[in-house]
Amino acid sequence: MNPYRRSPIIIIATVLVYTFLYAPIIVLMLYSFNASRTNVLFEGFITRFGPVKMVDSNVVQSPCGPFHWFCDLSKNREVLNAAKNTLLIAITSTIISVVIGTMAAIGMQRYNFRLKPFSQISLYIPIVIPEIVMGIGILVLFSQLFSLLNSAFGLSGDARLTLGIGTVIVSHIAFSVPFVTLVVQARLQGFEKSYEEAAMDLGANEIVTFWRVTLPMLLPGIVSGALLAFTLSLDDFVITFFTNGPGSTTLPIYIYGLLRRIITPQVNALSTVWILIVLCAVFFLQRLQNRETQ
Amino acid sequence: MLKKLREDKALQGTLLVSPTLLFMVGLLIIPLILTLVISFGRRDADGGVIYTFSLANYARLIGFSTNCSNGVNFCWDTLYVDIGLRSLVLAFQTTVCVILMAFPLAYFIARAEPKRRNTFLFLVLVPLWTNFVIRVYAWMMLLRTQGVINGLLGWIAGLFNLPFQPLDMLYTPGAVLVGMIYEFLPFMILPIYTSLEKIENSLYEAAADLGANPIFTFLRVTLPLALPGIVAGTILVFIPVMGTFIVSDILGGRQVILVGNLIQNQFLSARDPTFGSAASLILMVLTLIVTYFYTRKFGFGEEIIAV
Repeated sequence: MNPYRRSPIIIIATVLVYTFLYAPIIVLMLYSFNASRTNVLFEGFITRFGPVKMVDSNVVQSPCGPFHWFCDLSKNREVLNAAKNTLLIAITSTIISVVIGTMAAIGMQRYNFRLKPFSQISLYIPIVIPEIVMGIGILVLFSQLFSLLNSAFGLSGDARLTLGIGTVIVSHIAFSVPFVTLVVQARLQGFEKSYEEAAMDLGANEIVTFWRVTLPMLLPGIVSGALLAFTLSLDDFVITFFTNGPGSTTLPIYIYGLLRRIITPQVNALSTVWILIVLCAVFFLQRLQNRETQ
Repeated sequence: MLKKLREDKALQGTLLVSPTLLFMVGLLIIPLILTLVISFGRRDADGGVIYTFSLANYARLIGFSTNCSNGVNFCWDTLYVDIGLRSLVLAFQTTVCVILMAFPLAYFIARAEPKRRNTFLFLVLVPLWTNFVIRVYAWMMLLRTQGVINGLLGWIAGLFNLPFQPLDMLYTPGAVLVGMIYEFLPFMILPIYTSLEKIENSLYEAAADLGANPIFTFLRVTLPLALPGIVAGTILVFIPVMGTFIVSDILGGRQVILVGNLIQNQFLSARDPTFGSAASLILMVLTLIVTYFYTRKFGFGEEIIAV
């Protein structure tokens, strides 16, 4: 009997589910080449190169040809600004959560102290409560705290504390730290303390032991923790939605705002660029990981 | 001082954990406590909070109303209870549909040749890496009255010379259900795959040798062994569906109001953070209760970590 035999029903169902998963994405990407400005029907590709020419609401000629909406996108200052914010938030929150998350993982795994059980439980909170509850909580905290501080110190105008990039970064750290800590902790569980003890017996002090023994062994865990934190931050909508303020719009928030107004193929172009960048990054990292495991 | 630090192991551990603990307490635990405190308060004229101890928000949530017609002192208004029930029903429907769709795919991957499995799994993950908001937008394009699905249906009808009236699919409960299924399907496929992959082929052979037909094998061998994956997947799908507001916002228009929309609305347009906080806490308690009883009944495996 062939161990990989599957009934036709399973195969048909599989094809249908994969179609369900991919059809929306393919349509989305196709429409980023749409000649129609209103983007309701697909009016074909933009085939001619040259200065922008419109017939009714269709673009028939563009300096970028079929890539008209991508060129349009690169001139959109709001998009560029949102992209800059998204990256800044993701990079900053990843670096901070990786550093403090790794410290916490080492602390939890190698030491005993009174707050340990409490710390461990607190790491599971963001996993079991709906994201909106966490977002609302942080919003309530910041708004109450800021109105208190603003009135206590008589801050007004530009000096007033408001929601902004700072509050978004801090909130992103709060939801990514548990994941980093848990991933690094899992890695630490995998090897014995004896390596570090051997290094100490051979005369290395704590600092040398940390840099030459602990850290290199932990590195794969730290890298996966960092990737997780980075993607969580890049992808986050709900927490950012409640903690952002003027000037700290991220790409997901920007796209959400556009969906409630007129949608041109520019939104599709933006989505296509986003998907391609993320896919390239994932593909590259997978290869890196495969090479490491071999 | 430094000498004490070098010798006190407990102090070193506490110091290492303290920055993370600070974030957990400051941005998770304190906000939850503050949400609780505020939910007992009242709103002032400009959307601020007056700290009192009043159960008015909770009374309003369960339907107690003093704003009644024909002169009665109080009456019942099931608006919010209905929203809660609608969210629970939708979360339940989504979970069932997602299990039905995820199972054959997970089974297919688990029974594929080992070296191909990773590719098939990768294909499940790709849609997950496109942004959540982008995925909702894709369905908006498909479901619009002049969208792709109606275009396709019209074209097919045209082939057979049939009259065709475009269907109104966007801004209906069905659109929200499809959107939710699409958003969370991968979260069910991965854990089910993890449990199915562990089933040895010899088990199926033994079942066949002992005369079990495929349906009996499925019910008595495959399904029980896949249960831990289904349980983990249900938790990963059910909790977020209960709290999501983008899908219903974009695909449901103003027609489908869920708990998430109610909460979001209280903080943004209705400007009553005290009522929003009460609703948010009820949501948290509801999901925790459902998760607790569900995991107690069916157990809770390592499958949840697979994602």
